[in-house]
Amino acid sequence: MRQFGATIILAAWALPLCWMLAASVAPEAALFEGGIGPPTLAHYRAIFAERHFWRPVANSLVVAGTTAALAILIGTPTAYAVARLRLPGARWILAGVLAVSVFPQIAIVPTLFLLLRTAGLLDTYPGLVLPYLTFSLPLAVWLLAAFFRRVPRGLEEAALMDGATPLRAALLVVLPVAAPAIATTAILVFLYAWNEFLFALSFTLGPERQTAPVAIALLRGRYQVPWGQVLAAAVVASLPVAAVVLAVQRRIVSGLTAGAVKG
Amino acid sequence: MSRSDARLAWLLVAPAMSLIALVAVAPLAASMWESLHLHDLRLPWLGRPFVGLAHYRAAVADARLHEALVHTAFFTAASVALELAFGMALALILHHLVRGRALARVVVLLPWALPAVVAALVWRFMFEGEWLSHPRGAWVPIVLGDVWKSTPFVALLLLAGLQAIDPALHEAAALDGAGPWRRFRSITLPLLRPVIAVALVFRMLDAFRVFDFVYLLTGGGPGTATEVISLYAFSTLFQELRFGYGAALSTVTFAIVFLLSLGWVRALRTGEDA
Repeated sequence: MRQFGATIILAAWALPLCWMLAASVAPEAALFEGGIGPPTLAHYRAIFAERHFWRPVANSLVVAGTTAALAILIGTPTAYAVARLRLPGARWILAGVLAVSVFPQIAIVPTLFLLLRTAGLLDTYPGLVLPYLTFSLPLAVWLLAAFFRRVPRGLEEAALMDGATPLRAALLVVLPVAAPAIATTAILVFLYAWNEFLFALSFTLGPERQTAPVAIALLRGRYQVPWGQVLAAAVVASLPVAAVVLAVQRRIVSGLTAGAVKG
Repeated sequence: MSRSDARLAWLLVAPAMSLIALVAVAPLAASMWESLHLHDLRLPWLGRPFVGLAHYRAAVADARLHEALVHTAFFTAASVALELAFGMALALILHHLVRGRALARVVVLLPWALPAVVAALVWRFMFEGEWLSHPRGAWVPIVLGDVWKSTPFVALLLLAGLQAIDPALHEAAALDGAGPWRRFRSITLPLLRPVIAVALVFRMLDAFRVFDFVYLLTGGGPGTATEVISLYAFSTLFQELRFGYGAALSTVTFAIVFLLSLGWVRALRTGEDA
């Protein structure tokens, strides 16, 4: 009985996604007049051949990939120091980082736009990666600090006793243990950057540098929304996300909850 | 030793802190400064004269802003309440699920992990037509879409909380004759309180800055019937190109979120002491 109720609720949760998949392979006529036709890949062909959808996908990959790499590179040392070294005010640093990650993005959109315009960075990759650091760095620091706190102290202490410097202890002893957590954090940052919309909409000017979410949002037909193509593009933009979720769901869940629940 | 320790710590922290200061804190301050100027990109010959608090005086009298704030508050209250209720149900289901846990987790995680743009467009596709052109009806797909996408986050947090509860507590209470509902109210809920509080705060702050869902589902329409504060600020900036007033609107948004967070931090603190 309980299993049955669970199945119903989970099916309801999956329904919108199934609807999206079905509509993306439905022929145009079936979409607008109802009825069912044989499944077709016409919408997928159209978005790549006519709409050049590979371009926003490539832009998204570059921007999200660079953002994730930078956030890990810069965020890992900070998280380590906050969590494991005797740093006066570590609590305040974490609180500040958390505060930055919850404040409304729109608050910095006006000046970032003017600054990027002055610097000639509107509609460029750095013009997206820099704003993305505002949410990805706090996210990386927060998740990694939560992880570093759980690594047993004895690890470094043993290395220090053997005469290693604190930096060597961190690099050679703690970092290898942290590799899976760093990978999970990189994945989460990548997802956030891949999905971001407001900055990408504000700081790109045309199709050259638009990311996938912006390109999908701005797909227009001559008379009406070309739903077949829009949903096909939505499926394409969801594929990397779905692949990641399928591959590392367990780790995403633990990474996501690590910062919020004291285990 | 301890001094070199602290020096190393500061060295490790410095790059991230200076970057956050540069790309987040400085632009925030600059937005506040910008809001004290008349800066209209359509009228460049006016320059950028200092006007003091004129924009804030205008904001106090701005009926469209008041409406947008009411809409934002409504959206936040409705979606967060539903997300907590559904999130609790989903967490309990996942917690007691015997078979198919991995599949259930994927089904729940996917909507949360997908781009908000995708989620919003799927819900728009499902509700296209009558719903979206009705001033009240248009809220239904907006709120439901957000609930569909964000409930998993709440559910996963609560699930982690549930798994941290010692099963012996439930067994003892069951031996004493407490039914499932009684055990839920007297054991599960009190022990979950801190986790519920965290989920509530995060979702509220996130819902208050909602942009994508409204932008894509209704664009704030019909008219301005579903316009939220972030959307109003965005269109003031990028459609009307009134950067001074747009900066004032975004500063107002920031101030409200800031005050909300302060209130929550204080409430959580006193909750911990009690």
